Amino acid sequence: MAAIRTKPDRHLYTFPGFGSEKFPNLMLRGAGDLDNWPRRVYEQKHEGYLGMRKALKMDPSAVIEEVKTSGIRGRGGAGFPAGLKWSFMPKDTPERKFTRYLVCNADEGEPGTFKDRVIMEYNPHQLIEGMVIAGWAMQCQLGFVYVRGEFLWLIEKMEAALQEARDAGYLGKDILGTGWNFDILMHRGAGAYICGEETALLNSLEGRRGEPRVKPPFPAAKGAFGQPSTINNVETLAAVAPILRMGGAAYANLGRPKNTGTRIFGVSGHVNRPGVFELPLGTPLDFIVNECAGGVRGGKKAKAIIPGGSSCPMFDAKDFDCPMDFDSVRDRGSMAGSGGVIVMDEDTCIVQATLRLIRFYAHESCGQCTPCREGCNWMQMILQRIEDGQGRLEDLDLLAQLTPRIGLRTLCPLGDAACGPMESALKKFRDEFEHHITHGTCLAKGPGLLARASAH
Amino acid sequence: MSHPLPPDTGELPLAPGQRLLESSRKELSPEALAEIQAIASRYPDRMAATLPALHIAQREFGFVSLAAMKAVAKALGLPEGHVFGVATFYTMYQKKPVGQYHFQVCTNISCALNGAAPLLQKLCARLGVEAGGPPSADGKWSVEEVECLAGCGTAPCVQVNHDVYDEFVDEKMLEEMIAACQRGEYRPWAH
Ligand SMILES: Cc1cc2nc3c(=O)[nH]c(=O)nc-3n(C[C@H](O)[C@H](O)[C@H](O)COP(=O)(O)O)c2cc1C
Ligand code: FES
Repeated sequence: MAAIRTKPDRHLYTFPGFGSEKFPNLMLRGAGDLDNWPRRVYEQKHEGYLGMRKALKMDPSAVIEEVKTSGIRGRGGAGFPAGLKWSFMPKDTPERKFTRYLVCNADEGEPGTFKDRVIMEYNPHQLIEGMVIAGWAMQCQLGFVYVRGEFLWLIEKMEAALQEARDAGYLGKDILGTGWNFDILMHRGAGAYICGEETALLNSLEGRRGEPRVKPPFPAAKGAFGQPSTINNVETLAAVAPILRMGGAAYANLGRPKNTGTRIFGVSGHVNRPGVFELPLGTPLDFIVNECAGGVRGGKKAKAIIPGGSSCPMFDAKDFDCPMDFDSVRDRGSMAGSGGVIVMDEDTCIVQATLRLIRFYAHESCGQCTPCREGCNWMQMILQRIEDGQGRLEDLDLLAQLTPRIGLRTLCPLGDAACGPMESALKKFRDEFEHHITHGTCLAKGPGLLARASAH
Repeated sequence: MSHPLPPDTGELPLAPGQRLLESSRKELSPEALAEIQAIASRYPDRMAATLPALHIAQREFGFVSLAAMKAVAKALGLPEGHVFGVATFYTMYQKKPVGQYHFQVCTNISCALNGAAPLLQKLCARLGVEAGGPPSADGKWSVEEVECLAGCGTAPCVQVNHDVYDEFVDEKMLEEMIAACQRGEYRPWAH
């Protein structure tokens, strides 16, 4: 087994003003310091396990209320209120006792997203603390962390942290004298983006192909191993620790109404200082790109920005001032998604970028639903034809007709995810597609984005 | 997902290098079997051990051959069809032999914006292999184009085997990585 990684990574985790009252640091304490992970450091320096101690003295339903008060919405993609999701879990009755499971989604597959790994690398105990609190609130018997297969070294680190927590009595039997038993198991995936979707993840956890399930039944009724389960993202669960520590109401004061708290944004693409930045929800996109990430590289202008991971429709220049919270981004026609901000400068070929994204979805479609399996492949083939300089103008209408036939017609939202970039690119950058078709060449000057030779 | 038919190990010529002897095997070692049983007992249902068991089989066999799938099915008492279905669904189970040093280059959007496509081409030319193709004649190198590795902020991102994970990779760094492989600093595939 490989040792715990000792090579420092070169991500940026901070920006001027981070850690002040305006930009509180709740999720990235000690990020960048490889010696930050042990329990000792977490407890001595970062107020570790205080939230858990508080929660275990409360009634489980009061913990759920506290999380509801905080208003935290899921950080994995859909932005569903976490407290509400937890309250869907069935409670024991005199007639019926349930086995409940908590599942942490650490698949981190969405292109442009690289935040969960930071929590697991530097603050694994914060995730464990959050999971213990969530497990107590829902009275779960066992927790699973589903980690993407590539993160082997993070799994080993998490195992080491879990062992520390067991030794301290935070996991295992009769946790801190409550009489409640809970443990956490790591589960390693094997390379499939679709396994980030919650029901596909459950199938993968059970040892099956990662194919999404028909809903209903929802996981709260019939989830992992047929038992009631709740699936939350790493960041959502880790945020529960500070929520309990500082109180739901104090957390709700951060960010904006209905979009409370801080979240981790990962900024990548053509920026000077790509990195991971924790900001209150509602921070404007141009602040994130210009102040935190140092602006677009080479003094160029941004052409398009994907605000929340590759599945979200692209923004063009008129939306760069968008406040980054779930509702504002949705009102502008995109999604806050997983917080992965991808910046493309003015020399980027949108046709190539779209083709690269659609190729990803065509490859990752699990193949169960015809609209997604065939539709994504067709979109890829049509785009490839345009990119190769053999497109026809009718192709653009064909693409525009295809997307509504995929979106909302599939078991899971992967089809919709593919349509987001496609529709937005076509709407906002139609001139580039037309130029490719009529001239057989590209307007953009940037280097190619595709590993395959093309018209460029 | 790609669904290629796995080659049967028995019919493969004796190629790449060291792992050859291993990939002609049909059975899991007793240690691997014990490991699989231990993992299976942790879950509420034994089937949940399918993915971990396939990872173990890949380590033992060098790649997930048909024989490896059958061995996993036998170890867990599951239908062979189930294990075959799972093994062919996930991309991290290599269905054909890879080199001793298997380079996985992300060419998804953030990496592509930072020059992953030319980087992949240069790496292939440098190692004399095709992306996704068979390993080099000496069995040492293979290259695969992969989707987002969650290193987008430090793109382009390249992973070698399972534990070396490098970021901000450029041509110079590729050379360093290749040299580190040649010096034996990285753990070879399936070890
Ligand atoms: C195709 C697809 C991929 C997804 N990938 C991830 C992922 O990698 N990580 C994640 O946390 N959520 C992912 N999700 C969202 C999950 O389905 C689910 O909404 C989330 O884990 C719920 O957690 P939350 O309520 O804490 O956000 C994905 C969804 C879809 C449709
Ligand atoms: S796009 Fe390459 S690591 Fe995410």
